[in-house]
Amino acid sequence: MTLDAYTTFIQPFTEFGFMRRALVACVALSLGCGPVGVFLVLRRMSLVGDALSHAVLPGAAIGFLIAGLSLAAMSLGGFIAGLIVAALSGFVSRVTAQREDASFAAFYLISLALGVLIVSVKGSNVDLMHVLFGTVLAVDDASLILVASITTVTLFTLAVIGRGFVVECFDPGFLRAVGGPGTAMHLAFLVLVVLNLVAGFHALGTLMAVGLMMLPAAAARFWASQVTTLVLTSSTIALLSGYAGLLLSYHVNLPSGPAIILVAGGIYVLSVVAGPRDSLQARFLPRRHFEA
Amino acid sequence: MQTLSRCLFLAALISLAVLSAAPAMAAERLKVVATFSILGDMVKNVGGDQVALTTLVGADGDAHVYKPTPADAKALAQADLVMVNGLGFEGWIDRLIKASGYKGPVIVASQGIAALKAEEEHAHEDKDHGHKEHGHKDHDHGKKDNDHDHDHAKKEEHHGQGHDHDHGEWDPHAWQNLANGRAYVANIARALAAADPVHADDYRRRAAAYDQKLAALDKGIRERLESVPADRRKVITSHDAFRYFGTAYGMEFLAPVGLSTESEPSAGEVAELIRQMKKENIRALFVENITDPRLIEQLAREAGATIGGTLYSDSLSGTDGPAATYLDMFRSNIGQIMKALTS
Repeated sequence: MTLDAYTTFIQPFTEFGFMRRALVACVALSLGCGPVGVFLVLRRMSLVGDALSHAVLPGAAIGFLIAGLSLAAMSLGGFIAGLIVAALSGFVSRVTAQREDASFAAFYLISLALGVLIVSVKGSNVDLMHVLFGTVLAVDDASLILVASITTVTLFTLAVIGRGFVVECFDPGFLRAVGGPGTAMHLAFLVLVVLNLVAGFHALGTLMAVGLMMLPAAAARFWASQVTTLVLTSSTIALLSGYAGLLLSYHVNLPSGPAIILVAGGIYVLSVVAGPRDSLQARFLPRRHFEA
Repeated sequence: MQTLSRCLFLAALISLAVLSAAPAMAAERLKVVATFSILGDMVKNVGGDQVALTTLVGADGDAHVYKPTPADAKALAQADLVMVNGLGFEGWIDRLIKASGYKGPVIVASQGIAALKAEEEHAHEDKDHGHKEHGHKDHDHGKKDNDHDHDHAKKEEHHGQGHDHDHGEWDPHAWQNLANGRAYVANIARALAAADPVHADDYRRRAAAYDQKLAALDKGIRERLESVPADRRKVITSHDAFRYFGTAYGMEFLAPVGLSTESEPSAGEVAELIRQMKKENIRALFVENITDPRLIEQLAREAGATIGGTLYSDSLSGTDGPAATYLDMFRSNIGQIMKALTS
């Protein structure tokens, strides 16, 4: 079998529906997670995604207790639990002197412990999180619609609150001084984060959701400096990683989630080393400096 | 006044008697811990009322990814006998036994059976690193398994099989062949008789009766499958749990995910499976009671097949389910398979 360009890059998607679905899921996720990830990095909340993946447990467990092994009930429960954790930690960090990373850590740990407690007391041995977290190869129509709707909502919301939100990212004091709705914006943003993550967990697995949100956003910083270009770069990197990772998973028989995230990771490392802005290369081999 | 004090005295005596009798009564029954529901059901059949059984991973539970609780450690600490499947199935059991301080015998029920090697590609398939806790646990898996695999590997040497102790060297799902189930029962009976010689005859009698039922069912399954042409006996399940069933009864089980429920499939393997389904016209797809059905649904959609139902692989159903016992599990599974293969 000769691997010409068509069979390598396009044919997997024309032959198999599941590859098309996986690709569409990646595209939708990239578009939504690009901007959300950039804002998370800007707000120094890069680890929130990881914390939230644990925080959804009690909700998923309660959903399981009410409706059995129903993915819809477990996702909805997880979403509510994630929202409560995000809202409480956002609230505490706004109202008290505690920083958001600390309050987030506190609430997600409480939530996780509560989840383990519920699962253990009710004595089911099925690993709920394992069942809840999907793989990108198993995305069905319902999951696709869910991910795509959430991306749409995310983009619309960011378009509405975007300008003020950027100000809030860099100088929360200023926005408060001129009477802007900083806290409301922050909470709206947290809702978006939870929405994107929980939908991502449900449809694609934790690794995919958090990885495609954070790695491209972290890499984009070495290529761009304005919020708009950061967002565009981040979404593009996420898209590329999704496409390349799926192809790798197809041709080299690698598990798809890790393959996609490792491509994104590779792009991140490349960006750290050779990106045009503030990278190792820019810092230690400042060629342009001499030319100028 | 006198009557009152006499009453109190009597009451005290009675409660003392009850107190001293309680441990004595409990001590009469042999306290056995079995790691998962299928093994537990076998022990129940052989031990009857003379055994107080605790099953760690209950009905519809997944022993691949089980997290032991302190109550499990307590049950182990108080046990007279611990029964495990072996072959690396319960990766968590060695550490749990150590933690509980249990010093008694650990009976490997699969001892002496001809174990199937885990297929290379599956044994080393990348685990799902997405869930951090699982990832770590998985690595422990391999290391902890070694003690059991040691025993086993020694035993297997005369089968001419290798004895290196790689991660997941053996396919642990040996109970999916009723002949192996009979070997399990013999091992269980021997262990119970040795631990509780007073009731040894009862154990042997029950084991013999149970063995007959297993043998009859084994024969019945062979007869039913004979009516299906050999090249049509192909079935798809969500994880690779039925290789013993397949080799025993001349069927081929295909799965997108490897031996452990925790591995993640690759797009290439899923694509290969779909091609094969289309080419060989495989129409029988099943979900398992312990796994996420979404991937199987995807396969069914892609190849234009429908899902036949639920197979029970690593765990029994609840008491009102179709697979409440080891025997019922086989009856339910073969019924589902026959329905899908002959429709």
